[in-house]
Amino acid sequence: MSSPGHRRGRRETGAVQSKATLADRLDAWRSHHGLVATESLRRLLRAPGASLLTWMVIGIALALPASLFVALENMQQLTAGWDGAARVSLFLEDSVNEEAGRRLGQQLARREDVAQSVYVSRQAALEEFSQLSGFGALLSELPENPLPAVVVLQPSLGASSVAAMEQLLLQLGQLPGVELAQMDMKWVQRLYSLMALGKRISLALAFLLGLGVLLVAGNTIRLAIENRRDEIVVTKLVGGTDAYVRRPFLYTGLWYGLGGSIVAWLLLTLLLWWLDDPVGILADLYDSSFELQGLGVSGSLSLALAGIVLGLAGAWLAVTRHLGAIEPR
Amino acid sequence: MIQFDAVSKRYPSGHEALNRVSFRIERDEMVFLTGHSGAGKSTLLKLIMLMEQPSNGQVLVDGQNLRKLGRRQVPYHRRRVGVVFQNHQLLFDRSVFHNVALPLLIAGYHPREAARRVRAALDKVGLLKKETCNPITLSGGEQQRVGIARAVVNKPMVLLADEPTGNLDPGLSSEIMHLFEQFNQVGVTVLIATHDLALIARMPNRTMTLRDGQLFQGQVAAAGAGS
Repeated sequence: MSSPGHRRGRRETGAVQSKATLADRLDAWRSHHGLVATESLRRLLRAPGASLLTWMVIGIALALPASLFVALENMQQLTAGWDGAARVSLFLEDSVNEEAGRRLGQQLARREDVAQSVYVSRQAALEEFSQLSGFGALLSELPENPLPAVVVLQPSLGASSVAAMEQLLLQLGQLPGVELAQMDMKWVQRLYSLMALGKRISLALAFLLGLGVLLVAGNTIRLAIENRRDEIVVTKLVGGTDAYVRRPFLYTGLWYGLGGSIVAWLLLTLLLWWLDDPVGILADLYDSSFELQGLGVSGSLSLALAGIVLGLAGAWLAVTRHLGAIEPR
Repeated sequence: MIQFDAVSKRYPSGHEALNRVSFRIERDEMVFLTGHSGAGKSTLLKLIMLMEQPSNGQVLVDGQNLRKLGRRQVPYHRRRVGVVFQNHQLLFDRSVFHNVALPLLIAGYHPREAARRVRAALDKVGLLKKETCNPITLSGGEQQRVGIARAVVNKPMVLLADEPTGNLDPGLSSEIMHLFEQFNQVGVTVLIATHDLALIARMPNRTMTLRDGQLFQGQVAAAGAGS
């Protein structure tokens, strides 16, 4: 038996373990990634039916939250600046004559927290109403003017300070000669909080459906791993690292995610096109120049990114769970 | 190049495949490993490949104690050891060329350089004309030669073969053995497990014999180190 530690020194002759230079390796690494990426895409396209099904499932799951976000974006765009239009109407008691009402309006305009204040007499209010409502003929039949005189004022405070607004409203309501102080803003606030709620709901939905996309991608890749068991074994036998074995499956996940995003984008575009006409007619009826906004470039990129990240994450999940179990025996 | 120090391997089932096996194989040597089936030949090769870990004892390859290799270093160890399997382990979803190219792509060779080496290896085993074929269309002997080309394409220090002539007729067998001799002559350490005693008898190389997991013949080279 040979004594341990007895070993012959390295010889110059004999088989030399072949090595590639660093630049070569980097170049090879890059071209290998390109090769793996195109090969995994080609693999998906070789089974177009199954791949399309996965893309559709992922696409629909992505399209749902995406369309909710687009709807909310449109709502936000439509209602932007409405809070600046907050107005307070002071309905005056009938006992306040025109002279006193006008004085009140001027007084209020001098207050610091009031940006603008206009007195509208009972007569002016009636004229404005009959013009706008189209009930002019009917109103002229009435024995007396039912409308009160109003001071319309615009607070200088931003709508952000809701408490200050409430305070102002309370003060104005207690002024002598003022029957009622009313803010035309409550419904805007309600709308905003509804939209905030909608945003939360769509976030929760996005989270759940995102999880769904992750699992769909993960499960599909788990099957792909099973189908390529032999290849994985041989690759590990001839010295493939874990990263090397993982790579094609990660690219497959990426392609599933990106394809799903494209399907989602197409669905969303189709939906917007479908809604564009009725929205246009509705906007016309309201004399609005509102137009439906799509995802835009950054939105589309975000959608693509979300799909890719979810596809990759699903692939990673499947690969870490199942690749370790496949070892050469 | 390859050294076993009192290596035992007991499987979880309780079966003792190897029992205190010690030997060394020098650089440039070509050694046969023989024994009845189930004697532990495959287990011994698997330990060198790190497909299995020994229960006791140490395995050294090129002075590297395999027990000290982490999980992450296993692939790099396998790149230095070429293996020829009895069942070839070829992939039937790609051509002969791409089967042989696999170790090179894994090792990070540029495809151009890889192609040059693949052709050289295929030329060596006489299958250059078959590079575009699917290995499933080849005969058993040809498939075995594809496996050999894949095992040597990355110029490993060590070449292991598990029953490389198992299913081949004597003519083809000596052809394959001649190939192994050629690789050995350019400095590759070769270890061949086989139970083809007639074939071994015709070769001048050292033979190690396993019986029931114990090595009882040929532990050291006749004119080598120790006594």
